[in-house]
Order: sequence, then structure tokens, then C-alpha cells
Amino acid sequence: MTSMKMLLVANRGEIARRIFRTCREMGIATAAVYSDADADALHASEADVAVRLPGVTPAETYLNPDLLVTAAIAVGADSVHPGYGFLSENAAFARACTDKELTFVGPPAEAIEAMGSKLTAKTMMSAAGVPTLPWTDVSDLEEDKLRRVAEDIGYPLLVKASSGGGGRGMRQVLDGHGLFDAVTGAKREAAAAFSDATVFLERLVVQPRHVEIQVLADSHGSVVALFERECSIQRRYQKIIEESPSPAVDDALRERMGNAAVSAARAVGYVGAGTVEFVMDTDGHYYFLEMNTRLQVEHPVTELVTGIDLVRQQLLVAMGEPVPAEVSEAVITGHAVEARLYAENPVEQFLPQTGTLETFDFDTVPGVRIDSGVESGSSISQYYDPMVAKVISWAPNRAEAIRKLSTVLAGARIHGLVTNRDLLVRILRHPEFLAGDTDTGFLVRHPPAELGKPLAEPEAEQLHAVAASLALLAQKRANASVQQTVPAAWRNNASQMQNVTFQVAEAQYRVDYVLAHGTVLARVNNEDFPELLLRTLAPERVILEIDGVRTAFEVTISGEAAASCVVHVDSRLGYTKLIREPRFGAPSAAEPGGSLTAPMPGSVVRVLVEVGEEVIAGQPLLILEAMKMEHTVTSPYPGLVREVAVNQGAAVRDGEVLVVLEQEDEGRPLSRY
Amino acid sequence: MLARERIELLLDEDSAFLELMPFVGWHSEFTVGASLVTGIGVIEGVEVMVIAHDPTVRGGTLNPHSFKKVSRAMEIAKENRLPLMTLVESGGADLPTQAEVAIPGGRMFRDLTDHSAAGLPTIALVFGNATAGGAYMPGMSDYVVMVRGQSKVFLGGPPLVKMATGEESDDESLGGAEMHARTSGLADYLAENEVDAIRIGREIVRRLNWRKLGPGPSEPPDEPLYPAEQLLGIPSYEPKVPFDPRDVVARIVDGSRFDEFKPLYGSSLVTGWASLHGYPLGVLANARGVLLSEEAEKAAQFIQLANQVDTPLLFLQNTTGYMVGKTYEQNGIIKDGAKMINAVTNSRVPHLTVNIGVSYGAGNYGMCGRAFGPRFLFSWANSKTAVMGPQQLAGVMSIVAKQSAADRGVPFDEKADTRMREAVQAQIEREETALANSSRVYDDAIIDPRDTRTVLGICLSVVHNAEIRGQRGYGVFRM
Repeated sequence: MTSMKMLLVANRGEIARRIFRTCREMGIATAAVYSDADADALHASEADVAVRLPGVTPAETYLNPDLLVTAAIAVGADSVHPGYGFLSENAAFARACTDKELTFVGPPAEAIEAMGSKLTAKTMMSAAGVPTLPWTDVSDLEEDKLRRVAEDIGYPLLVKASSGGGGRGMRQVLDGHGLFDAVTGAKREAAAAFSDATVFLERLVVQPRHVEIQVLADSHGSVVALFERECSIQRRYQKIIEESPSPAVDDALRERMGNAAVSAARAVGYVGAGTVEFVMDTDGHYYFLEMNTRLQVEHPVTELVTGIDLVRQQLLVAMGEPVPAEVSEAVITGHAVEARLYAENPVEQFLPQTGTLETFDFDTVPGVRIDSGVESGSSISQYYDPMVAKVISWAPNRAEAIRKLSTVLAGARIHGLVTNRDLLVRILRHPEFLAGDTDTGFLVRHPPAELGKPLAEPEAEQLHAVAASLALLAQKRANASVQQTVPAAWRNNASQMQNVTFQVAEAQYRVDYVLAHGTVLARVNNEDFPELLLRTLAPERVILEIDGVRTAFEVTISGEAAASCVVHVDSRLGYTKLIREPRFGAPSAAEPGGSLTAPMPGSVVRVLVEVGEEVIAGQPLLILEAMKMEHTVTSPYPGLVREVAVNQGAAVRDGEVLVVLEQEDEGRPLSRY
Repeated sequence: MLARERIELLLDEDSAFLELMPFVGWHSEFTVGASLVTGIGVIEGVEVMVIAHDPTVRGGTLNPHSFKKVSRAMEIAKENRLPLMTLVESGGADLPTQAEVAIPGGRMFRDLTDHSAAGLPTIALVFGNATAGGAYMPGMSDYVVMVRGQSKVFLGGPPLVKMATGEESDDESLGGAEMHARTSGLADYLAENEVDAIRIGREIVRRLNWRKLGPGPSEPPDEPLYPAEQLLGIPSYEPKVPFDPRDVVARIVDGSRFDEFKPLYGSSLVTGWASLHGYPLGVLANARGVLLSEEAEKAAQFIQLANQVDTPLLFLQNTTGYMVGKTYEQNGIIKDGAKMINAVTNSRVPHLTVNIGVSYGAGNYGMCGRAFGPRFLFSWANSKTAVMGPQQLAGVMSIVAKQSAADRGVPFDEKADTRMREAVQAQIEREETALANSSRVYDDAIIDPRDTRTVLGICLSVVHNAEIRGQRGYGVFRM
């Protein structure tokens, strides 16, 4: 048995904190690493010791094996947990750790290597009798050869990167038309992301479910399957909602899939916690996709239905302990659902959001677990994955677990950054999801642009605008340097109402209001509101009584109440972010008309147009990479490229002008120069 | 924008505005309000006297009532150390009444300069016309903002210039905002539009680095225990029936806390200490109308006590005057009344007066009526102010006439006397009302009794812009 005194987590954010929690429970000292961008991150401050990794990009920091091993040795750690992502499936890192006599909490390097290449893995799995889909390596094929191979497998098909994961380097090809571009794109992305341009074609399962089996293997030869997780709700091949058990798996199927997963693990001599992923068709046939040789993001759902702490089991196995009876005899109790909260805008193609998460506050509800890497005031940088937290609920049955999760998510106060919260809530409340009719095409059938809309309806926004005006009033009175206790906006000779105007996304709300003896008379956009009774008035909380019903509004004001500020209002009706229009408009900054600006900070991957080129509406102009994603900037209208303000490879700031377009006027030919 | 809209945009959001003298000119040949809106508002946290011309009333021309109103507003601003903000859009003097306005108009410009000399900034936002005499409004102000394409400031417009010198000219070159900003230098700021002018006006105030010289509120400003709504039921319908002013005090002061001074002596006048919106305050209130020697001496002592510790005073008037009669005259009611009037006159702490019932005779003087220069004087709508009550006044006149007839040995015409008494009574009844007094600027506004606490709270905050320092120099005379 190896003893474990101090564990270094070679990761960041929520997973680092998750692992530290178990370490504390087991009396193991904790060591964190942090990049410069994470200097103030929670995971770094929570650990017993923390080591700086100079730099900000993943390559300089969390992806740098030498730095991490050095850090572990420097602080006297005897073991390293890679978390997920980053170096968690990097065999060289596992070896570097063991070479320095550090216990690597994960499988042997050989198992990582075997499963790291999807092609090798598929070959081994077929040999071990695990069902697989037909595939062909196409990394080095000429275009016509490629087409023949594709036709052999049959459309529709997928292009996948052998070293890929999380959907990176993956392309769907419905017919021969986009085949070559898809393969080229996948190769480029795979080469950039994984330094391995190996890609293969695989038959695409239509309306597939993603079902995976958690396994735990010890170094004494036992392998246990800890049941399935269904992870079919995905956006761009990224799971966003996961649950266990799967509504599509019955006991018999669970048994068969579990056995297949155990065979898969055995075939590669697996040790530790791992996940065997299957794709399942509508008839319940399942095929091996890949094996993740690490702890999964969605491991908590398994923990909640089995009562097993998977990190604890990982550590015990790493210390050389056998799988205990509680694991080998585990059963599923109840149902667990996890939602991944991302700082991204679902209605704008999941554009990642960076900045400060001003408020991050969930109600404490029994049976709801929140694994987060952030707290109120944390900043989300552009360098890493924009997932901010996982919210997991457990209940005796599926319907209740889902309801609980959606209620907690809907009631959370999350301000400062746009998140996918409202999308998650709408998915969790969707009849198809509630019926268990989930497949990976869910968000294709139900476009996020629709499903991701704010939960607060326009009527709720109006009420929130009124509540925001009143909270601002309370704040202004509290800040008043004279006559602070005199009634707000008091007039001995009645005059016009006070007013304030808010911008809510595309909508504008002008609120006129007057307070008299505990009642509020308000008009929103010149329409009278029913009389409101003011029950509580404070900058952070407004309670209004409308037709005998009291509603509480939680308000957060960021900025100067009397000038420009942002007001966040949360109530049972949803959340609304209101941007106060300044009372006196400032002259607008001059920006040439037709400028297309960077939607977020990032770097220019490719410039697709030249000055003087005529473009049509929707034509791609350039490609930006930011937050691990490529974003295509397209022309909003037909026109003429007047200026290309950036070069390929340039780093751009949020809002920086990229391209200046002259819009084509009907009847007026474009001027050329 | 209308005058009130300009003011609303000028003030800090959700701050109070105490409009003053809105009833000036009531029952006169001029529009009520005298083509001006004036009051005290908060701009960038500074209490400012705002005077806005109302160009919708005879082009904002200033009539005799306007000058009374401006003059009183500037007096308030000066006594209480308030910056002055004028929203100018006026055709100048009301020419048909030039005889009555020429001299007061000049006085206004002198006051404006005086104001500035006293260290009190004067700011003019010129929205439109400011012709002839009106041109001195910006001319005599410390800061002048004009609106592009809208402000017109000249001593003489194109027709007058043509008449005087034969020169052909136009509004813009004679007095446009652009010209004044670039050429004459009369405009310090050129605003793009009215809203911009108001924005600039607020910025000017923000940069005044204004500091109040008096202390801030120091007591807990909790609401009274009794609802203000009940104030409507407290005054008597019949002025002859007195009411207990403690019922009023309990509904206006902080937490209804009132520490009475000398409660057992001179009980027709209530004196005591309280606070209002956190400001310490001495209160004098008539309990049974009449003032006797004891009441006069009690008041004189109390006023000196307030001066000794720099505490402002509130006078709640409901007085029919000093007691008359042989006993009282022989006991020296005139001397005692004089002590009280002397104390009121020479008191240097701020006085606030509210007429909550009647204010007759010398009681009006002793209880700090208009002539005794309270910083603010307000009337409840039910209140009356006169030399004496209508019946008494008519009766006195009748008795005097009868005496005169007897002295001269002529027969007394009872019928004529009745007619005279009815006419006099009716006249006094018209003249003693709050509206009639307000029309003549004998108060600063008529207020809803329920607003009393708010109005006084604003006023207390306003008076603390100036130093609060009582009369010193002799020990308190025990009375």
C-alpha cells in the first residue's frame, strides 16, 4: 500500500475544488496550481498550498507537464490528480509523474495511450468483443480516395479526430458535398488542439443517445461497472445535461452494457475510474465510442445515485487498495440530474462570455449539490473553458429530480455574465425531455436561439423595470447628502412623474412613477400600471403587492444609481438585466458606419476577404478563435469591403473593429476606389 | 420644455422640491404665480434656489407681483446661503405696468450682484429671450449657459436697433448663443439644446465645492408615532375654539418626542425641545390663543435659551394677541409683550413659523410673524392673519364711531352702522384668509397640514446652509 500525504491537483476551477473536498475528508493535504489568470481563483486560495504557473495560456500553464511535476516536488506532494481535461489523458504526463515517484491518480500510461487514440481503441475493442461502428482512417487520403471510402461506410457519417474529445475536431457530413472541407477542417483543428492530425470516418447513428458506463478498476484485477449515465443533451458535442439512470436503459440492458464496459476496461488493463462511452440507436443497440481514462465532468450523478465518492475511490485505488464491497455491491437509488452552467450566450451561437460574475448565489436546497469553481465576484477569463458550475439534484424519482433542478436553477441569482441558465431551465421543463425522449439532436430540433430566451416574459420585464426604478430610488435616497429622510420626489405642488429608462436586450422600458403614502403609481412605456402597494423598499429588495398578492424582487445595482448603472432583478418571474439609460445622453463615440467589431477578445485565425471585394449577405469575412472555439464573422448585408483592420494571427480586443463594410444601397451602385 | 419640466430635469432624481409662493398674484389682474416658478431643490446634492421664467404666461414678462416673488426668493437664498439658479426665458418687464416695475427691476439686478459678493454663486441658464432689462439677468450672473440657436440676449432687438441707429441686424448676430459664446464672451457655456443646458447647469453646481456651514442632523429622524393624516382633524372650524398644539407637535416631530419647558408656568403658550428630521428644534406654540405676561416672559426666556445653544426655533401660531384689560395693563402687559417681541427680534437662530390657526394683532409679531423675518413662514389652508378678527374689528369701528358721534353731539345712524359693520366684516373675512395673504407674499406658501413635517424638514436642512449661531452677549434673564 502506498500512503498519500499530499495531493497536487494539476487542474483548476470546480474539479480542483471537488478533489480538495474529498482530500479534506480523508486527511490528505492539498496543493493547487494556478496560472496568472487564476491568481485570485477559489481553487488556489482553498488549497493548503498553491504554486504559481507563470503565464496565462493553457499551453504555458496547466498543459505544461514539466512545470506541474516540478511544482508537485517543490511542495512535497506525493501524488498528482490530473482532474479532467488538460493533461488528464496524457500518457507522457502520467509517466513523468511516476518517473519522479509521484503517484498518478489515473490509469497506467499504457491504458491512456491505448484509449487515447480512438483508432487503436476501436481495434482493441472489436477484438475484445465490444460492439463498434464501422470506420476508416482517412488522415492521408487524397480527395477521390476519400470519397470512395466514405461511400463504402455510407452517409451520413462523422469525421473524428483520433486524439479528440469533447467534440473538438469532429464534423458531421450528411452527403459527399461537404466531405473534403470537413476532413480538412477537422485535421486543422485536431492538429492545433492535440498536435495530432489523425482523423477517421465513422458511420453516423441517426437520433443517437449518448449513454456511458462508469467503471472502477483496482490494481488487483477487479473491475466494477457503476451503471450508466445518459448524456444525450448536448450542444456542439458538449454535454450540458446528464442523468443517471438513463430513461432508455432497463435492468437487462444495464447488465449487458456494464459487462461490455468491464470487458473494455480489462482489454486495456485499466486501473482507476474510467468511463466507457456508447452511442445508442433508437432500437437500443449500442456501439463503443471511446473510453475516457479519467474522472468525468458528470461523475456527480453517479455519486448521488450510488452514494459512492468516486474521487475517494480513485485515491484508494491509487494507494493500491482493492475495490471495496460498497462499490462492488452498489445499487442505484433514486435519480440524479446534472446541469452544466456555462458563461455563454445560447441565443448568440453560444458565444462565450468573459468578465466578472458579479453575483453567483444559489438557494440551499437539500438534495441539490453545486460544484463550482467560482463565487460572487470571480472573473471568467478568455483562456479556459467557460463552464462555471455544475448543479446536480437528487430525488427519489426522475420527475422530481428534474423539477428540483429546474427550480433551483431558475431561482439562482447569476449576474454580470450571460449564462446558459435559462436554456437549461427550458430544456428541463421541455415535454420531450420530461418524457425521456432525448437524443443528441435535441438542440437541433429545438434551436437554442428559441429555447435559450430569457425566462422572464415581457410582462415580467415590465414589472422588473418598475421594481428596478424603485430600488434605484431607494439607493439614491440612501446616497443623498442632504434631505435624506425627506420623502422621495416630494412635491408640495404636484408636477410630472419621475422617470427612468432601461434597456433590456433589444427592448426599452421607460418607467414613470410617483410615490404617495405607500402606493406606487407607475406607467411603463406610457401605459398605466395597476396600483402597486409598496411593502418593502430598499436598494437590494423591493416587495410589491399587486391585487392582494405580494411579490418579492431581489435587486442588485452595479454602478451609480443616479447615472449609468446595471440593475439585476430576480423574482419568481425570472431574471432581468436592466441597463439604465443615462439621464443626459453623452455624445456617441464616432465609429465609421458599417464597422464589424469583434464580439469578444480572441485571435484572428483567417481573413477571408480583401479590401475592395464585394460580399453578399451572410458571407464569411474572417474567422476568430476565442475560448477554444472558432467564430465566423459574416457580412450582415451585401456590400463592399472598405477596410480590413486586422491581420491573420492578430489578437483582438472585445469591440475592436475588424472589417469596415459599405452597405450596398438599392439603386445606388457601390463606389469603387 | 415647459418651466416645470426644466426644473424637474434640473433636480436630482427622486429629490424633493419645495415650491415657494405659488399663489402670488391670486385675485389680481395677473395670472396666479406671476409668470415664475420658484422653489428650493437639490442639484448634485446642493440645495439651490431655483427661479424659472414661465414663457407661456405673457412671454415670461415680469409684473409687479413677479418682482415681489423674485425679491423674496432671493432674500431666502441670501439668508440661508443658497446658490441661485435662474432659468431665463423672459421678454423683460411687463410694459403696461412699467411704472411699478422699473425700480424693483433694478433692485433685482443689484441683489444679484450682492448675492455673488456674499459668496453665493449665481447661475443663469438662458433658454430663450432675455431682452433689454432681461439681458442683465445673465449679465449679472456668475455663470451663464446659452442654448445654440435658441438663446437671444441683447439690450435691444433688431427693431429697436433700427430705430435707434438705423443699423440693419438680425437676432443671431445681435444676441445669439453662438455669438455670445465665441465673440462677446457673455456665454460661458454653449449648450447644444435645452437638455444639454440643464446638464451643464448641474455640472456647474457639482463643481461649486459646496459646503454647508451649519451642522448636519444629529438626532434619530424616526417618524412621529401618530399619523400625519390626523392633522386635518385637529384645527378648530370655529377659530374661537382653541386646540392643543401638543396634538400638532406629536404629529410632526421625530418619534413624537417633546420635552416641555416650563409646562406649569404661562400655560397658554407651550414651549419645549424636540427634533425634526434629525435637526434639534425649540418649539413655541399657542395653546389658548391669548398671550399674558407669564406667557410673554416664558417665551422671552425660551428664545434666549435657544440662542444660547444655537438651536433653531419653530413658532406654531394660533394667537388672538396679547391680553387686554385693566388688570393686565396695570400688570404691565405692554412691557412684558415688548420683552417677547424684543427677544424674537434680536434672536439670531433661524426661525420657522407656521400659522396653524389664527394670527391676530401683536400676537402675530410676538409669534414671529412676517414682519419679524422668520427664515420661512407657511400657512395652513385654514389659517387667518389680520390685525384682529373680523367681528372684533367691525365692533371696534362701530364703538369708535358711536363715541365720535356722541362727542360731536350728532345722532348715530344705527342702520348705516349695521351696513358698515357688515361691509367691514366681509372685507376682513376676505383679507384674512391664507390665500389672500399668500397672494401678497405674506407667507412663503400655503401648505397641506399633512406636509408640515416634510416642509419643515426641508427648511431645517436649508437653513443649515448658513452658520447657526445664536445671539450672545448677556446672560439669560430669568423671567
